[in-house]
Amino acid sequence: MTVPLLAVTGLCTHFHTRAGVVKAVDGVSFTLEPGQVLGLVGESGSGKTVTGFSLLGLVEPPGRIVAGSVRLRGQELVGLPTPALRAVRGRQIAMVFQDPMMTLNPVLTVGRQMGLALRAHERVSRAAARARCVEALTRVGIPDAGARLDAYPHQFSGGMRQRVAIATALLHRPAIIVADEPTTALDVSIQAQILHEMRALTRDSGTAMVWISHDLATVSSVADRLLVMYAGRLVEEGPTAQVLRTPRHPYSRGLLDSLPAAATPGDDLRQIPGSTPSLLALPPGCPFAPRCARTSDRCATPPPWVVDGDRAHRCHHPLETPP
Amino acid sequence: MTGFAIQRLLQAIAVMLVMSAIVFLGVYAIGDPMELLIPPEAPQDIRREIVARFGLDRPLWVQYLTFLGNVVQGDFGRSFIYNMPVLDLILGRLPATLELTLAAVLGATLIGVPLGIYAGYRPDRAGARIVMALSILGFSVPTFWVGLILILTFAVSLGWLPAGGRGATVELLGTQWSFLTANGLSHLLLPALNLALFKLAMMIRLARAGTREIMLTDTVQFARAAGLAETTILRHHVLKLIAIPIVTVFGLELGSTLAFAVVTETIFSWPGLGKLIIDSITNLDRPVMVAYLILVALLFVTINLVVDILYAALDPRVRRGRTA
Repeated sequence: MTVPLLAVTGLCTHFHTRAGVVKAVDGVSFTLEPGQVLGLVGESGSGKTVTGFSLLGLVEPPGRIVAGSVRLRGQELVGLPTPALRAVRGRQIAMVFQDPMMTLNPVLTVGRQMGLALRAHERVSRAAARARCVEALTRVGIPDAGARLDAYPHQFSGGMRQRVAIATALLHRPAIIVADEPTTALDVSIQAQILHEMRALTRDSGTAMVWISHDLATVSSVADRLLVMYAGRLVEEGPTAQVLRTPRHPYSRGLLDSLPAAATPGDDLRQIPGSTPSLLALPPGCPFAPRCARTSDRCATPPPWVVDGDRAHRCHHPLETPP
Repeated sequence: MTGFAIQRLLQAIAVMLVMSAIVFLGVYAIGDPMELLIPPEAPQDIRREIVARFGLDRPLWVQYLTFLGNVVQGDFGRSFIYNMPVLDLILGRLPATLELTLAAVLGATLIGVPLGIYAGYRPDRAGARIVMALSILGFSVPTFWVGLILILTFAVSLGWLPAGGRGATVELLGTQWSFLTANGLSHLLLPALNLALFKLAMMIRLARAGTREIMLTDTVQFARAAGLAETTILRHHVLKLIAIPIVTVFGLELGSTLAFAVVTETIFSWPGLGKLIIDSITNLDRPVMVAYLILVALLFVTINLVVDILYAALDPRVRRGRTA
C-alpha cells in the first residue's frame, strides 16, 4: 500500500481556557492524495480553521494539539520541533487566508513580502528573487507583474490582493495548499475567477488542496471530496457529487437546503434551527441532536462513524439513499 | 505633493505668528524688567532715557510690530543682561542641549524599542515582566530624584563619573561638542541617562503595545504559514508596522527635551538652554525669553513637519495620488 500525501488521523486540538477545555477539533481523520481537492465544510465555529492551522502546527496557546497525527508522506508533523515545522511551512504545505487585506503587510511592497517568503526557504540573489516573484504573480494572472512588485497591497483590488497571497503560497510549489475561505471576502464575480484559476493551477501542478469554507456552493465547485464538520468532529464524508445528491447526515441536508439554489424562487429559504452549540457545553450524545428533526432516544449516545464504501457518516438515523 | 507642502508651510507660518503674539503678550504680563535693571534711586530723566532706549515707552502693539520686523531680518534683539545679540546667546548654548537631548532620546529609542518588542512578543516570560516592572519605575520616579541618586551613586560614592559640567570639548562645525572626547563622554553619560529613563519607559510601553497587537493579526500568521522565522517576522514585519507611533513619540520627545531639559541641566550644571531660560526668567530678560520661546515653537513646527514626511515614507497608505 502506498503512503498517502497527507494522512490525518484522530487529530484533536483543544484550547485550555479558564472556562474549561474547548475541543475545537476532536478526532478528525482524512487523507489527501496529490492533485486532490478536499472540501472542508461547516458553520462558523465548527473547527474548520483550527483544523487547517493544526496541519501546519500553527495553533497558538492556549490551543494545543493533544492527540492524533498528521503525516506528510509518512513523516509525522505533530510534535515536530519548530525549526523542522518551519521547513515544512510554505515549502511543503502553504496556506492562503480569508482576507488578503489582513494577511498582506500594508507597509511593505508586494515584492518585499514575497521576497521574504521566498528567502525563508531558499538563498537566492535579489535579481533571481524578483524573477521568481514575477513568475509566480504572472501565473496567478496579474498583468504587468514586474511593475506591480514595487506596489503596496492597498494599490491592488481585493481580487488582485488575493492573487498576490496565492502567488506567495505558490512560490515554492508546495505539495499542499490549505485554503481557508480564500474567496469569502471577494465579490461574487471575482470569486468565480479565483476558484477557476486555483482549480486550474492545482490541476496543472498536481498540488493538492484543502479548501475550507462555510459556503457549500463554492466548495462543491472545486472539491473532489467533501468533509462536513460539526462541533469539532466530522459528521459526513464522501465524493462531492454523491454528498450533494444524497446527503446522509441531517446536518449536511440542512446545509444543502439552506442554499438559495435549493429553494423555489419566492419561497423562504429553509434554515437549520438553532445555532452551533458552545464547545464548552456539548451534549453527551450527538451534538447536532438539539437542532435535528430526526432525533430519537438513541441520539443521547454518541453516534458511531459508519464507513460505507467510499462514504462515511456519523448519525444514528442517516437519511436513506433514494432508490 | 507640492500643494501639500505649501499648505503645511502656510499652516506653520500661521502657527508661528499666533505663537509670537501670545509669547509677546505673556512675557509682557510677567513684570517690568526696568524695575530690576534700573536702580531705584536713579533720577527720573535717566530712567526715562533708558526706557526709551529699549523702546519700552511705546505702545505694546508698536513694540510687537517692531519686534516682528526685526525678527524677519534675523534680529531677535539684544539681551538686557548680557548685552549681546539674543540669537548668538541661544545658538551658543544650543549645541550642549542638542547633544544631551540626542544622546538621551536616541539611546532611549535604540534600547527601549527592542526591549518593548521582546516584552510584547513573549509577555509571559519572566524577562518581559522584569522589563515592564522597570518601565513602571521609569515612569513614576521623578527625574530630579533620579538625577540626585545617580550623582550620589556614580559620582560621590563610586567616583566613576563626574557630577557636572561638560568636560573637555572639541570644535566641530564652529561649535564645541563634548561627545567627541572621552572626558566629554564621561560627563555626558549621567545627565543623558537621567533624561533617558522616562523616555525609555515610554518607548518600551509603546513598542510592547504595538507588538502585542500585531502578533495577533493574520499578517503575522500568514508570514508564519509561509515558513518565515520568528526573528525575520519581528525584524521585517512587526518593526515596520509599529514604527509610526514610535516616530511620532520620538519627534515629540526630541522637541520637548530640547526645550525643557531644565531640571536635568540644572542638577548636572549642564550649560545648555534650560539653564539659560531659567536665568532669563528670574532676571526678566524679555528678549531672551521671547526669542527662546519662539525658537521652541519653530522647533516643534519643524519636527512635526519632519514627522509628517516620515509618516509618508513609512506608511504608503498616507501617500496620495498613486493608487492603481
